[in-house]
This record gives sequence, structure tokens and C-alpha cells, in this order.
Amino acid sequence: MTATTHDDVQAVGRLEKPVRWAILAGSAIAAIALLAALGALNPLSVVIVGSLIYCTVLYVAARAVEGARHATDRLVTGVVTTAFLLAMVPLISVIWTIVSKGLDRLDVEFFTFSMRGVGSGDIGGAYHAIIGTILTTGIATLISVPIGLFAAIYLVEYGNKGVLARGLTFFVDVMTGIPSIVAGLFAIGFFTMMLGDVAYQAGIVGAVALSVLMIPTVVRSSEEMLRLVPNELREASYALGVSKWLTIAKVVLPTAIAGLATGITLAIARVMGETAPLLITMGASRAVNFNPFEGSMSALPLFAYSSYANPGTNKEDSLAAAWTAALVLMALVMILNIVARLISKFFAPKTGR
Amino acid sequence: MSTTTAVDPTKTSSLRSGRRFGDAIFSALSHSAGIVILLVLIGVTFFLFWGAKDALVADGSEVRGGAGLIAYIGPLIFGTLLSSIIALLIAVPLSIGIALFISHYAPRRLASGLGYVVDLLAAVPSIIFGLWGMQIAGSAVPSFEFLNEYLGFIPLFSGTVTTTGRTMLMIGIVLAIMILPIMTAVNREVFLQTPRLHEEASLALGATRWEMIRQTVIPFGKSGVVSGAMLGLGRALGETMAVAIILSASGGGYSWELLSANTPGTIAGDIALNFPESFGVERSTLFVSGLALFVVTFLVNMFARWIISRRSEFSGAN
Amino acid sequence: MSKRIDVKNLDIYYSDFLAVKDVSVTIEPRSVTALIGPSGCGKSTFLRSLNRMHEVIPGARVEGEVIIDGENLYGKGIDPVMVRRKVGMVFQKPNPFPTMSIKENVLAGVKLNNKRIGRTDADELVETSLRGANLWNEVKDRLDKPGSSLSGGQQQRLCIARTIAVKPEVVLMDEPCSALDPISTLAVEDLIAELKENYTIVIVTHNMQQAARCSDRTGFFNIEGTGKPGQLVEFNDTQTIFNTPSEKATEDYISGRFG
Repeated sequence: MTATTHDDVQAVGRLEKPVRWAILAGSAIAAIALLAALGALNPLSVVIVGSLIYCTVLYVAARAVEGARHATDRLVTGVVTTAFLLAMVPLISVIWTIVSKGLDRLDVEFFTFSMRGVGSGDIGGAYHAIIGTILTTGIATLISVPIGLFAAIYLVEYGNKGVLARGLTFFVDVMTGIPSIVAGLFAIGFFTMMLGDVAYQAGIVGAVALSVLMIPTVVRSSEEMLRLVPNELREASYALGVSKWLTIAKVVLPTAIAGLATGITLAIARVMGETAPLLITMGASRAVNFNPFEGSMSALPLFAYSSYANPGTNKEDSLAAAWTAALVLMALVMILNIVARLISKFFAPKTGR
Repeated sequence: MSTTTAVDPTKTSSLRSGRRFGDAIFSALSHSAGIVILLVLIGVTFFLFWGAKDALVADGSEVRGGAGLIAYIGPLIFGTLLSSIIALLIAVPLSIGIALFISHYAPRRLASGLGYVVDLLAAVPSIIFGLWGMQIAGSAVPSFEFLNEYLGFIPLFSGTVTTTGRTMLMIGIVLAIMILPIMTAVNREVFLQTPRLHEEASLALGATRWEMIRQTVIPFGKSGVVSGAMLGLGRALGETMAVAIILSASGGGYSWELLSANTPGTIAGDIALNFPESFGVERSTLFVSGLALFVVTFLVNMFARWIISRRSEFSGAN
Repeated sequence: MSKRIDVKNLDIYYSDFLAVKDVSVTIEPRSVTALIGPSGCGKSTFLRSLNRMHEVIPGARVEGEVIIDGENLYGKGIDPVMVRRKVGMVFQKPNPFPTMSIKENVLAGVKLNNKRIGRTDADELVETSLRGANLWNEVKDRLDKPGSSLSGGQQQRLCIARTIAVKPEVVLMDEPCSALDPISTLAVEDLIAELKENYTIVIVTHNMQQAARCSDRTGFFNIEGTGKPGQLVEFNDTQTIFNTPSEKATEDYISGRFG
């Protein structure tokens, strides 16, 4: 880095790397010893106490050797790195907890059995929830992608920065912030009014709620991708006597297709993990239901929640199933994220020269 | 197809062909998609009101809690704000630190990978944070007792510490962890946009790395950090499942005690927990609180977007 | 195949801003007409108004008449899409479609319009168009490679092939060589000389040698100052413009005193 070479020039003395490492190691040992003595030894406390000691010692040492300005610089470097490590601890802990607890029930039954009629002794599985997740996210995608994509086309190709376009951009931004539970309430209100049935619970209600959350994400990412298509390509197409819609359909969309697919995949991953709107709209069925228009339905996140919240007679098995559902859900979300990355990496058209 | 006119120049004597259904349909579809989105947003407002109307006109004794809407929703709004603000207080400095680490401190080769990890973490479903928080809440009790013992003179840390650890402070911490990735992503983005020339000019004048950051990166990224914080706040306000799972709300009114069992719930958590078993005016009450949540998050998000749009006008960076 | 273009009292606007004022000119068929002038004088804008590409930009509009083959391009009921099939355009930066192969790029005008074309007809069209653009020998063995795999000069000739594959009557070129190296420029200039056998060609160029080398007639555009509209100052045989211009501004520009 530039900053380091620059230190060499100006600093009176300099804390060499081995010295800094020694301070770090010393701080870590001191922290572990201190915490062990207090009986509060855990990764988080080691990071906190260790970096406190490290920052202090480093600051004092640097002040003595390098002067006040460089001491502050070292201190901030320490603080920033600590912030990073501090944040990593819970995030690693989340992943560790989910994986270690979820592996117990990661078996064939989990993917092939529903919870229908499961009492004590039987194990049951999340087959019905997996079906539910596929159906609800699938329907939400079918609703959101056309609306979101065409709205993005409107913004980029037809809007011309007019009043409707600017208003739409603003409200789409605001819509990205709608709390998921509010989306659920909207879907319930909508179906209750349309059908006049207060107790209507079905996959479609959940799917509509998910669409409300998914549409703005699709619009934003698609808009960004369509804007990346160089204007020269549109002009080239117009100059060949191609009409506007064919230009969009056959030049703009194919050029942007990788980016669009990435954005849509990420949007699917995002709504797949939503729990709250499904909890109040779909009624967490325990049996397999293939009909999204009738009867309650489950979904993976919902299954995880209800297994935890309403464990029934066999608490331990139920909780184990909840963890496994969480693990499967997280794996699905991660896989979708990675797939999205790969799409944009390998299928992007080679525009560069 | 309406566009099929021969290219042969002897036949295209006319430049008139006109009727192109494709264009009309495509344009109509795009316009209506835009309008549908606006309608959905109006619809969200409308159906929340529609669901809330019974409770809004009902007598105070009929709504949930039996003491009027304000008595029911007030503490929930309080709890929502309290938990979100705790989350924000924790997450803002941390996210700035992480973002600076990734953008200016980490070795370049590591930086893009770390950025990717942060993006990935933003995708972790909230139910997972909820289950995790519930799992580790118990192990936080000693720290809570420590806070209570030594800092108990501050009202926030006073009262009797619960044995479960499922307290307001706990939920604030979990919410902070949940909104960290999104805020970090925003901050990193704006920090990276700092003009390279400014940074190099500062270093060339003999500034240390921290002085360079203080002189160029922080002023440049300030409004970005504010809007990122607002987006994070919006998320924290609306977060449902983690709260529903972790917080054991006791309907504690306007309690400032972050460590005791005497704690108010949050709007989103309250709706999720009580909606499935409620009917009539009770259910309608939950719509009222949903409406309140919608309004609050709407305002917060509008504020965030306003800052972003103002910033992009000034800096030209987007 | 080529047609005469009559421009009568053409005013070109961007929203309320008058960019080009009162142009009247006749462009002869089977000839190369060069438009020269300093930056921002409206020559590209004028060129784009000849095939109604100008109005692709939001807020842009035109008053006056452009008559090709007895029909006013801006007359009532005229379809700009049909106009552009008759009046093709080549752009400053080569812009082959990145998702298409060389062959598909040549056929783009046909394929993008959902027209059916037989296999043999397609192959024939590809070959004649690429031969017409002096590119056939260089690419005939790799027609299925992406268009963006070619060099800049080859890409520009591919774009010309793509334009003539639609069988236009007029070809407009907007600084077609400004993004190319000298050797590619030479190839494109040779091509222009050949194309005028069959097409009416209008070319905008910043390069006066190029205008002198390859055009039959030249128009000089100028503006009086910033914010003022551009005007066609002088239009005449290229020889006359470069040797005995009648306007002082033209002489100054050509002799390099400004611009």
C-alpha cells in the first residue's frame, strides 16, 4: 500500500511487522488467560478483550516509537479490523449452529415424508413443506417476473424520465422497504374482500404476499441491467428498420439476459426465505397439498417455525426437524445465490473489444 | 405478422405501413405493468385501512387488550422503535468499520471475496437468525448480569435480569447482526466511490491512511452512510420472525429496562404471533398496528431515498 | 436503386432548442455527399433527420420536408420504421450485435423483423452483402464466430454489410472512420467509392482529407456561436468547395483557421 511506503519516509522510528505480531500474540494470550480466570471464555469475549488489549498496547507503543499521528493511524487500523472480526463471530456462529444442529435430521425421510398424522414415535418429514415452497415461490415468480420486467422495460424504454417514470422509480424504491408482515396483511385483506371469506387460507394468498415483496426487487435489478445495454445497439436496430418492440424483444432483452436471470434468481432466493407473510396467510398445513387455491399449505421456513413454536408431543424430534428445515432453506438460498453469480459470469455476452 | 412487408425495393414504393400490433401491445404491456405496481402500492394502503376499519370505529373496550387502540398499539410502537434503535446504535459503527476494512484495509485480493461473503450473508433468511438467537440467548445471560451489576445505575440496565436472556437488548443485538450485511454493502459501495484522485492527493500531502480516510472517504460517504442506516432501520422496524421467536414479550408497557422480563413486544412480532388465532375486531386491531408499521417504515424509507437522490444530484456518482 | 433526396426548409429541434436551422439542399443519387463542419454544428443531427433516427431521442422533432422518391418522410401517415429500411445508417462506433454471429449480424435486418428467409436465400444474401462490404474473403471461414471477435475496421465493414443487406436506397454514414486506425479507414473509404455505384451515400466526417478524397459534393455546416442553431453555409461540388469556396467561413475552416 502507498501508506506503508510513505511511513518509511517520514516516521522517526517504526514498529516493524514482527513487533506488531508479537503484540498481537501477547494480547491474545493475555485475553485468554484473563477470561479463563474469570470463567467467561468464549470466542466473542476473546475477540473483544483481546482487541482491546491489542489496540491499547499498540497505541502506546506506536506513540512512543512513531509519534502521535501514526499511533492514531495504528489505533484506527486496529479498531476497524476488530469491527470486522467482531461481526464475523456471530455470522460464523449462525452458520455453525445451523449446520451442526441441522445435520441430525438430514435424512431421506426428511425429504420424502410429510407431517400428516405424525404422533409420538413417528418422525415425519418436510416433503409437504418443500412442495409448498416450490409452489408458492413458483407462483410468486410467475406473477412478479412479467410485471417487474415489463415495468423495467417501461422505465428504460418508454418512460423518458416523465412524471409516471419518476414516480414509479420512487415508489418502487419505497416498496422495497415494505415490511414482509405488511405484505401478508395486504394479501389477506385483498382476498378477504374479493372472496368475502374471512378464513380463506391458501397457497395463492401467500404467493401474492411474496409477489409484493418480489416485484420491486425484480424491477430494480432488471432496470439496472437494461440500462447497461448500450444505446448504440438500439440505434443499430432502429437503423435497420426494426420496430421498437422487436428491438426490445430481440436485441435489448437477449443482450441483457444474463443480468436479468441473475437478478430474478436473487429475487427468488430472497422471497424463498420469507416466513412472516406465509405464517399469517397459509396456515402451516401438516399434509401435502398440491392445490394452491384450496386448503392450507406449508413451506420450508414456515415448517421450521411451526416445528419450533408448536412442537406437539415430541419436542426434541420437532426441534431437530426445525433445524434441518433451516439448514435446507439456507442451503437452497446459498445455492441460488451462487447460481446467480455463475449465470452472470458465464453467460454474459462478450461486448468488449 | 403485421411487420412482414417485403424488403424488395420494387415493392416498397410506399413508406406507409402503419399498423404494427406488436408495438402497440408491447407499449401497452409496459405501461400497464408500471400502473399495476402503483396500484399495488395504493392497494396495500387501501386494504390495510379496509382491514383496520372495524377496529378504528369500534369502542375501546372491544379492541385487543380492551383498553383502546392507543393503549394497545402505543407500547408496541415503542418496543419496535426501541429495538430498532438499539440495533442501529450497534450496527452503524460496526458496519462502517467492516466497510472500511473491506474497502481500504483488507488486502485487495481478499477484499472482493469479503464483499461477496457480505452479500451472501444479506441473503440469510430471518427465520434462521431467529432460531439462532433463541439458541444462544441463554448463554448471553452472564453478560447481561454483568451489565446489570456494574451499570445498573443506568435505567436501561436496571431491573431484574431474566434467566432466559430473551430480552429487548438481545433482540436489539440480533437485529443489528441482521441489518449489518445490507448496511455494510451500502457503505462499502459509497466508500469505494471516493474519487481515487482525492485519496491520492491526500496521501501525497503526507497524510497517514487514517487521515486520508478522515479527509476524503468520510466526507464523501457521509450521506451514503446515513441512507444505508435508514435502509437498515427500515428493515429492523419490519423484522418479524426473529422478534417473534426470540423476544418473550410480556406486554410490559413503556418499559426502558432492556434486560428484564418486563418488556413490550414489537408490531411485526405481535402480528405474527397473534394473527392466526384472532378474529373480528381483534384481528382488525392487528391491521391497525400493521398500518402504523407501514406508515413508519414508509417514512423512514422515503427519508433514506430522499437523501440518496439528493446525494446523486450533488456528486454525480450513482 | 438509389434515389434523390430533396430537403426543404428543414428545422431540427431538441425539445425547444433549435439545433439546425432552415436547411434546403438536394442530394444527388449515385453520389457521395460529404458533410463537414466544426463540432456541435449540427451535421450529425441533420444526417439523423434524413432517416428519422433523430426522433429516437426523447423530445427531438423536426419541421420542414425531406422528400425521397416523391414522398415526404415527415408526411402524415409515414412510418419511420419503413423509412429506415429505405435509408440505412452506419454509426461512428462499430456496433455489431454482441449476441449474434457474423452471419446473424448480416441477416439482422431480416431476422429481427421476423421475416422468413430460405436457407439458400440467406446464404446468398450473406455472401453478396459481405462481398459488397469487402469483407467476404476475410470472414468466409468463420461466419459463426461472434461479430465482436472481429477487428474494429472489420466490425465497421460488418455493420455496412448489415446495412446493405436490408437493400436500402440511401446509406447514411456518421463519421464511420473516426474510431478506426488508418489502414481500416482506407478499407472503408475504398468501400465507399464502390458503394456509390449502387447507393446514394451521405457521410459526415471530421476529416477534410477524407471528404476531399471520397466525396462528389460537399456541404459545410457552421454555427455562429454557442446556443445558436447550426446552418448549412455552403453546398457545392467538392472540387469547388475545396478550391474556390464562395463563403469566407468555409475558406477559413478548410484552410484550418478554425475548427
